[in-house]
Amino acid sequence: MGNTILKMLNITKEFPGVKALDQVNIEVQEGEIHAICGENGAGKSTLMNVLSGIYPFGSYDGDVIFQGQVCRFHNIKDSEHKGIVIIHQELALVPYLSIAENMFLGNEQAAVGVVNWDVTYQKASEYMVMVGLHENPRALIKDIGMGKQQLVEIAKALAKDVKLLILDEPTSSLNESDAKNLLDLLLKFKHEKGITSILISHKLNELAYCADNITVIRDGHSIETLVKDKDEISEARIIKGMVGREMTNRFPPREHHIGDVALEVRDWTVYHPLYADRKVVDNVSLTIHKGEVVGIAGLIGAGRTELAMSMFGHAYGVRISGVMFKDGKPIELHTIPHAIEAGLAYVTEDRKGNGLIIPDSIKHNFTLARPQFISKRGVLDKDMETHKAKDLRVKLGVKAPSVEQIVGNLSGGNQQKVLVGKWIFAEPDVLLLDEPTRGVDVGAKYEIYQIINDLVTQGKAVLMISSELPEILGMCDRIYVMNEGHMIAELDGKAASQESIMGYIMQDSKKEIGA
Amino acid sequence: MSNVKSKFKGSLKQYSMLIALVVIIIFFHILTGGRLLKPMNVSNIVFQNAYVVILAVGMLLCILTGGNIDLSVGSVVALVGACAGQMILVWHWDVYLSIAICLIIGMLVGAWQGFWIAYVRIPAFIVTLSGQLVFRGLTLLILNGMTLAPFPENYLMFSTGFIAKSARVDLLGTSINIVCLITGVVVALIFCIAQIVNNRSRKRKGYETDTHLALGIKLVVISAALIWFFTLLAQYQGIPSVLIILGILLVVYTFFTTKTVIGRHIYALGGNEKAARLSGVKTNNLMFFAYVNMSFLAAVAGLVFAARLNSASPVTGVGFELDAIGACFIGGASAYGGIGTVGGTLIGALIMGMLNNGMSIMGINSNLQQVVKGLVLLGAVAFDVIGKMNLNLLPKRKKVVIAAEKA
Repeated sequence: MGNTILKMLNITKEFPGVKALDQVNIEVQEGEIHAICGENGAGKSTLMNVLSGIYPFGSYDGDVIFQGQVCRFHNIKDSEHKGIVIIHQELALVPYLSIAENMFLGNEQAAVGVVNWDVTYQKASEYMVMVGLHENPRALIKDIGMGKQQLVEIAKALAKDVKLLILDEPTSSLNESDAKNLLDLLLKFKHEKGITSILISHKLNELAYCADNITVIRDGHSIETLVKDKDEISEARIIKGMVGREMTNRFPPREHHIGDVALEVRDWTVYHPLYADRKVVDNVSLTIHKGEVVGIAGLIGAGRTELAMSMFGHAYGVRISGVMFKDGKPIELHTIPHAIEAGLAYVTEDRKGNGLIIPDSIKHNFTLARPQFISKRGVLDKDMETHKAKDLRVKLGVKAPSVEQIVGNLSGGNQQKVLVGKWIFAEPDVLLLDEPTRGVDVGAKYEIYQIINDLVTQGKAVLMISSELPEILGMCDRIYVMNEGHMIAELDGKAASQESIMGYIMQDSKKEIGA
Repeated sequence: MSNVKSKFKGSLKQYSMLIALVVIIIFFHILTGGRLLKPMNVSNIVFQNAYVVILAVGMLLCILTGGNIDLSVGSVVALVGACAGQMILVWHWDVYLSIAICLIIGMLVGAWQGFWIAYVRIPAFIVTLSGQLVFRGLTLLILNGMTLAPFPENYLMFSTGFIAKSARVDLLGTSINIVCLITGVVVALIFCIAQIVNNRSRKRKGYETDTHLALGIKLVVISAALIWFFTLLAQYQGIPSVLIILGILLVVYTFFTTKTVIGRHIYALGGNEKAARLSGVKTNNLMFFAYVNMSFLAAVAGLVFAARLNSASPVTGVGFELDAIGACFIGGASAYGGIGTVGGTLIGALIMGMLNNGMSIMGINSNLQQVVKGLVLLGAVAFDVIGKMNLNLLPKRKKVVIAAEKA
């Protein structure tokens, strides 16, 4: 056991009407990777905001003791000064500045206010080697992928002489190989430099992979700390701590009643809106039956989102060709209102960017896609709206004091339920769900799976895009595999395995390189 | 209990600007030795601020679409005034025809700007800055730099006239306009009946209703305010005809923003454009509509203002866009779009108007008046921003647990 680098004692933090943290205790040893896990809204991010000074000293009760000293941070600068650096789930990089400029943002390599660019690029290159980022330090952030952006954030932290690195769900938007790279990097820092990390994650397999200690937080309380090699660290064990009960089955059971073909797409080709000769979706055909959950597996950038959005009233792409049949009849959907009218729904992967009206209420978000259901000749019936929204909120189990609650104040899982609720309200026949459980905890995931099951039981057809293979395998009756814009395989849900899906992708990628 | 408390807090926030307005009125009423609320001055305030309210309502819709503003409205006001002058005074066209053509000109101006903003996606700031120059220039071309005056009586009637001016009776020793008083009582009655009927029908359908006490207080306060306002007007010349225009616009736009699907879509567009588009909202068309509507209302304001000046002048309307924008932000509109109400905008315009009027009566130097108005604008928005910050940052000492959260 090393020295204790950080102790947080009896941290209590209240917001008007909600106690976000209640007597939370956590102890982090020097040189370890300490994981914090808990359901959405359990208080993980709040705790980290207390630690990093976003919530200033005095706005919470309890003590933060870092390297033996009681800390009184008034802002992020104070905590960074001590060597505590937090990397948020939504990266804080400036898209139109270069990698090097971002890396030294706020920490410029300057003398008397004048930036020394030679030193900046030199040092940037050094840190980039450390994190294994092979790019030109002059490349703009907007031109590199999410995985690489994450590495820039870490390099930025290293440049600040970090002692304690906090990562808030760093892998939520990364694919599996990028995520593994990132975790390996943390392990490398631990062994080589003795950097302590706090890792907040929903992905329990990641925690089991790299964490030394795991603190579980539930409803604003610290429940327990699991120690590697002493306690059993398994997904089932962690889930038990998080939800307070054993979850024997991560995927709710459903009865399978697969009916006629609900939606069929043939020879679907979509071009990139900016690069005119780039085919994003290439000659894809697929069918979805009533009462069926069909999955699309693939790496990020395989063209799955683009396929779903282009099907949804040409919401993405140009020069879209191919035919679409709904209930056996050919249909053409050139606009999103057409698609909604025809009974399609697309639940976006990016709920904050593309999905919800964040400053508006739950009920207004629910009814946005189909105001026809609460209006007559263009005039809203607000009482009916409130009434229907209340029913829907209860049905979906959105945890909020009322349907008047502003969506921006809800936790991620509840926001996701509101997003799904918006499309359930629209009463579609076919739902295209794009990463329906992204950034959502185990408990809320289970509830969303239940919602999906209810939908297909009612005879609706569901197409589910997910980057989490266990989820695809657990939920889908049939699985398509996409790679580089092509449909490369169609598998039976029961027969498929993670290995077989990854195998198809690897084989196809090899072909691409070979060709 | 906590529910009642949070409701009270919520409504306190909702009404904070209204309270500020009342405080300002009382403040100036005392400082001016009671002159602020003299019947004649109340009538004056209506005339002075009519154009600001009309412009601010249009500006609100633009701001709602995503913090977009229209810098051209002052020039459009001048352009429409110039067109009215040219048609009525130089060409001697029919007044009603001229008014109709002026309104169409307004919409064409809006269509021009809306096209560039909504379909070509040039930032509104730039398009309307260009419009400010173009339409001011066109005004100067039409008027050849000169002022046209005076307008005929039947044109002035629409804006500066009074309704049934001569219907006066003696009541309790003062001469009052009986039509105005009766109108006040009728408006108050209609309001009360509408509220009660609405509450009844909600109850019948099993929806949540106001408590009898809350409803009673609301009806009494608002009716009293309405009747008091009309009594003041009745003691002078009666109902200014521009008040009818204002009343209609306020009712129509309140209904439009709160009760129609298109109104809801405008809020959604401002709250998150991408999400609105993916929910089937026709975002470009809405943006186009907001600007056509803005210039249409600028045309209305131009007609009203030309009548008030009783002339068409090339320098009319300089800086009007700033009055309108200021009124929206004081009234609680968000500079990012998606938040704001017609009622709030009216209050914002009245706060500005009361400051103008009160300080003028007191004889405060007009240069200083600008300083005060500028600070009030900043103060109002800062109040709003800091109010929101408090909500998030400062912890409350008392422990409150929301029942639903636990369930």
